[in-house]
Amino acid sequence: MALRPDLAIIADAVPSSARVLDVGCGDGELMAALRAKGVDARGLEIDPANVTAAIARGQSVVQGDANRDLADYPDDAFDYAILSQTLQTTERPDRVVDELLRIAPRAFVSFPNFAHWRVRLDLLWGGRMPVTRLLPVAWYETPNIHHVTVSDFRDLLRAKEIGVEAAWYLSGDKPTSAAAATWRAEHAIFLVSRT
Amino acid sequence: MASLLHHIQHQGVTIDAPLPLDSGQILPSVTIAYQSYGALNADRSNAVLICHALTGDQYVASDHPATGKPGWWARMVGPGKPIDTDRFHVICANVLGSCMGSSGPASPDAATGAPLGMEFPVITITDMVRAQAMLLDHLGISRLHAVVGGSMGGMQTLAWAATYPERLGAALVIASAARHSAQNIAFHEVGRQAIMADPDWQDGQYYASARAPTKGLAVARMAAHITYLSEAGLTEKFGRRLQARNIKSFGFDADFQIESYLRHQGLAFTDRFDANAYLYITRAMDYFDLAEPHDGRLAGAFARARDVRFTLVSFDTDWLYPTSESRRIVQALQSVGAAASFVELSAPFGHDSFLLDVPALDRLVAGALGSGF
Repeated sequence: MALRPDLAIIADAVPSSARVLDVGCGDGELMAALRAKGVDARGLEIDPANVTAAIARGQSVVQGDANRDLADYPDDAFDYAILSQTLQTTERPDRVVDELLRIAPRAFVSFPNFAHWRVRLDLLWGGRMPVTRLLPVAWYETPNIHHVTVSDFRDLLRAKEIGVEAAWYLSGDKPTSAAAATWRAEHAIFLVSRT
Repeated sequence: MASLLHHIQHQGVTIDAPLPLDSGQILPSVTIAYQSYGALNADRSNAVLICHALTGDQYVASDHPATGKPGWWARMVGPGKPIDTDRFHVICANVLGSCMGSSGPASPDAATGAPLGMEFPVITITDMVRAQAMLLDHLGISRLHAVVGGSMGGMQTLAWAATYPERLGAALVIASAARHSAQNIAFHEVGRQAIMADPDWQDGQYYASARAPTKGLAVARMAAHITYLSEAGLTEKFGRRLQARNIKSFGFDADFQIESYLRHQGLAFTDRFDANAYLYITRAMDYFDLAEPHDGRLAGAFARARDVRFTLVSFDTDWLYPTSESRRIVQALQSVGAAASFVELSAPFGHDSFLLDVPALDRLVAGALGSGF
């Protein structure tokens, strides 16, 4: 089964001997790909059905909430922390990023870019909260409580003096340039590190 | 009756080696009754030890010799089942202090041949685990693929990981805790007092007499049984319904179905369990606190268990060993960097959920055992 393109990028970028925590790991799709290449991957996931599915696949996953339970991991417990498509659902994304970079020196953070041109046009012409491929749920029931744009995230990293080691921007399944990312990227993936 | 119970022949082994106990006393030799299922493979790497709960026994997947009922985890253990005896060599031993063939208070004194009764030393969960390790040494099994247990079986599983971390690959702990809480101890004390207040208990030396403390043991079981169920489960199963009558008796018969049910549970229990064994095993559970030898830091107990793969499961309706106790264990495991999995399952049956039909549990058990193969 093909991985979601953002997950494929992360799976490709993690070195094979690394210790990794996948925060919001779902049913363990990315962890399976990571483990196939020898990565020691563990997960944190809030939904018990997903946790059960991942454990049933032989993976190490703890049921928990990224808003609270990252505190249980010691400093530098992992080489990489991964937060894919979850940042915008957390109560305090800034604190979650701090936690990721406490438990690992590097973190992958991916999120849907709320400044993608289609979102902008939707708002501009429709005057309503956009419902898109990556943001498919109506405003009142969406888990995405902190919509974020590529520029917002870059600002946050700058304010926190967090380094960017790499970034990938996807339009559909295709890469797009950093320069145009703020309006062309549907989806952004950052590899950030402590500075 | 206790006297009948002690005439059942169990498969077992007597190991003529001393077992030093946590109390400082020493058992000069140990008898361990056990059952096994499935073949041990050539490199002896497929053994799975199942640890039973307080009133459980080694008959995990075979009919109980006293009651004739199916094994207590027959739904989980067998060919093609989550603990697949086509793949695993499954061992289940009667715990030290119990009454189904292993050394316990009904065992004879070596000098006089009379039952030890309260002369049997007080034992701990870790003592039970040491006895199991002696059995495995005797069987030539140096390393277990996994140790699995629910409730008190989960405590033994945790004690295995803390005591012999190099001897197990995986630990599966279901509906359990790393310590007994004040509430846990309180319920056990009610049960023990019921037994010891029964005049037929006779300071524990009832084996040779015609009387055994079955009334006290039945009351102990009734009180404990309530703690194994959820309030919602009791309400759904019994509510306030009356037992075989339309109106209240204005007396003290078992008017309510729940009363009748508990009386039956208490009475049936005395056919298959020894009152002194109940005292000893509940005591062992009350003394259980894995963090105690590590200045109250539970992580200290798992410092050497980094390479054990842990899976913990709790149930949302279990108020005896609630989810918070499992989370506490997970936090300790994470702080030492051990691979830990944890999930709270939703099931209506309270603490007893681990014995009952919870399909998600089957998948979890299979997954926790399948990894590494």
